[in-house]
Amino acid sequence: MGLALLVIIWLITFVSTYFFAAQTWWLPHGASTSTPWIDHQFALTYLIMGVVFVAAQGALGLFVWQYRDRGSASKVTYSHGNTRMEVIWTALTAILFIGLNLMGSPIWASERFAPADPGSVPVEVTGMQFAWYFRYPGTDGKFGRTDPKLMDPSAGNEAALGLDTTDPAAKDDVVTGTMFLPVNRQVDLTLRAVDVIHSFFVPQMRFKQDAVPGLIIHMHFTPTEVGEYEIACAELCGLGHYKMHGMLHVVSQEDFDKWLAVREAEKQ
Amino acid sequence: MATSATIHSHAPQGFIRKYIFSLDHKVIGLQYYFLALVAVFVGMFLSILMRVHMIWPTAVLPLVGEIKPETYLSLLTMHGTIMVFFVLTTAPQGGFGNYFLPIQIGAPDMAFPVLNMLSFWTTFVAFITILAAFFVTGGAPLHGWTGYAPLSALTNSGPGEQLGADLWITSIAIFCIASLMGALNFITTTLDLRAKGMTMMRMPLTVWAWFVTAILGLLAFGVLLSAGILLLLDRNLGTSFYVPLVVVNGQVMGHRGGSPLLWQHLFWFFGHPEVYIAILPGMGVASQLLSTFSRKPIFGYKAMVYAIMAIGFLGFMVWGHHMFMSGMSPYTAFAFSLMTMAIGVPSAIKTFNWLGTIHGGRVRFQTPMLYAIGFVSLFVSGGLSGPFLAQPVLDIPLHDTAFVVGHFHLIMGVAAIFGMFAGTYYWFPKMFGRMMNETWGRIHFVITLVGTYCIFMPMHYLGMAGQPRRYSQFTELAYLHKLIPLNTFITYAAIVTVSAQFIFVINLFWSMFKGPKASDNPWESTTLEWITATPPPHDNFGGHTPVVNHGPYEYSVPGAPQDYIMQTDPATVASH
Repeated sequence: MGLALLVIIWLITFVSTYFFAAQTWWLPHGASTSTPWIDHQFALTYLIMGVVFVAAQGALGLFVWQYRDRGSASKVTYSHGNTRMEVIWTALTAILFIGLNLMGSPIWASERFAPADPGSVPVEVTGMQFAWYFRYPGTDGKFGRTDPKLMDPSAGNEAALGLDTTDPAAKDDVVTGTMFLPVNRQVDLTLRAVDVIHSFFVPQMRFKQDAVPGLIIHMHFTPTEVGEYEIACAELCGLGHYKMHGMLHVVSQEDFDKWLAVREAEKQ
Repeated sequence: MATSATIHSHAPQGFIRKYIFSLDHKVIGLQYYFLALVAVFVGMFLSILMRVHMIWPTAVLPLVGEIKPETYLSLLTMHGTIMVFFVLTTAPQGGFGNYFLPIQIGAPDMAFPVLNMLSFWTTFVAFITILAAFFVTGGAPLHGWTGYAPLSALTNSGPGEQLGADLWITSIAIFCIASLMGALNFITTTLDLRAKGMTMMRMPLTVWAWFVTAILGLLAFGVLLSAGILLLLDRNLGTSFYVPLVVVNGQVMGHRGGSPLLWQHLFWFFGHPEVYIAILPGMGVASQLLSTFSRKPIFGYKAMVYAIMAIGFLGFMVWGHHMFMSGMSPYTAFAFSLMTMAIGVPSAIKTFNWLGTIHGGRVRFQTPMLYAIGFVSLFVSGGLSGPFLAQPVLDIPLHDTAFVVGHFHLIMGVAAIFGMFAGTYYWFPKMFGRMMNETWGRIHFVITLVGTYCIFMPMHYLGMAGQPRRYSQFTELAYLHKLIPLNTFITYAAIVTVSAQFIFVINLFWSMFKGPKASDNPWESTTLEWITATPPPHDNFGGHTPVVNHGPYEYSVPGAPQDYIMQTDPATVASH
């Protein structure tokens, strides 16, 4: 049974590690400025934890086989432990874990502590059961007033958000179900939810943030590659949670301006 | 304690007083154990329905028919709630703790036998209440076991959010009350009823684990109880603790100014210690068994005790790591993240010490030991994905994905359940006077270990690839299509692993009646439950009180006549 355990534990370790190491399934291709930082921290954590994983499982398999009961041939080392070793591995683990944590902190700080740069593209993202809406403030750069009493989800877009058209700032607001962003420009996000909590998850932008009713959350990220990226909802929001998705089109500045102009024209 | 001793000198005779409304901690322990056994099969059945629906969404199943996406969410909610409360909290602590804590410290019963009976029957009422949620109009709630508000606080946010959700939160509140009663009893018993010579530092590590778990329960369940009552008020009396102004499907609701994050703070202030409530008893059992079956003292007993305390203490300071993406101030993430990494240190100490215990020992591979070894393996695997999730920056890709599901199932789900299997195979002879079948025990172990790895390891890959958790279908998002084969593999693995659990149940009940008779100390263990008769008499030690002279893990002591010294053996057996 000792040998069987050794084989089983080592096999589990090998197969699990193989699929991590071969990157058969891995983080999706990232296309934002934070991608290299986050991916690097992930790879580093993976490497360290992978080594510990293989070492611990390897030792477990080896020990149970090596120290199996062989009758009178086995001699037990009577020991209640070893304080020096205890101190050494406690210190090593503490340094390793806390060091890893500190290394990741600057990335978090740059993602979340600073407000968006001046000149970034303002977009308001609103989650509701079970759709994402994206609002652009128009030429005045100001988001107009919305009124909960005017919300009509079945009508979609502007009406779904309850845009109050009597407010001058609201007149040029554009609301869409698909998100467009210019490449290589920071986006200044305002996240809202009208009914329950949703989570704005764009795997390829390495971006995730809950949208919470009653809170207005400001976030930012910068797409770096032209392309189409899927948007998911990552927080359980009701029966349609699995199909609450959207699409992000990252386009050139020129195409973005053109797209926005067409939307504005349609509104008039 | 004189009164309780006189009450207990005579065992009750009638069937009802002896087996139903019993005051005997051993009977109550078994009641908890069998309640958890029923609950775990209900929970597993729900998980199989979920896995089948994910792969074959239009399949028509016997008994339940076709599963709709909203039914999937109800299954998910009930699976999580039943497993966390009625299995992971009930069996290790209420079951084994109740049965063996008093015996292992040399006490005739729990400190408060009536309270003990009351806490079991309150748990039973809670279990019936949650099962009732399946059968009311609208069905069971769909808000997940974490019940995030406003989804859980509004009655029109989805099917199942009417009476079903009220029953769900009521059941949890009742469960909290039961757990508070149990926790008080465990703490008092450990502090007051230890036999002569049973100093705190001579207590088996199982007792330490149950003791610290009870303290965690006392501090955590009170908070959840209050949170649950506030949720009931929001749902039924129109208060706004958790709900701000919201518009559900075009309808402006009456709530104003509540905070959805308040629920999350209160819930996780309970929810994170709950993880340790589930796993600490398993750690205790693993420690006890690794020492016993390696025929070697536990490596670093004191370090193990301090690690249990450190885990319990730090466990209350890390709840915010569930909320890195919640909109909570990003500055707090530093503190919660650092504390979470810090809790990895005592966990690592325990792992090192388990390996140190096996190293240089003489390992006997009886079924209880196999499960203890499996526990260590799963604890390592589930534990090492923790430092990923503890880093806020890695939660950006990983939070709320299948990676998290894989992580917590390995560590607080399956590792804890391996602790229960280990405990069952180890204590079965003491509880029922017979031995379980070894061959079937080994077969059950191999299938379950390999099976659980096949289910939960791939979930890490799915999470890295960005598969959000709590998705019933992978057809809507194009990038999930390529993950369907791996999901299918998991479903097959789950079907095989769940089927193998019938081997366990058949072995359990068959051995209860047909297994070979057990001796009083079949594993040659040292702790007090093995000095008494099998099964133990009503007052545990047949009228005399044990006197303890040794620590709990004196194996292979040089110069001793045999390779183990019972805790009650005369002090002169060996000098050490």
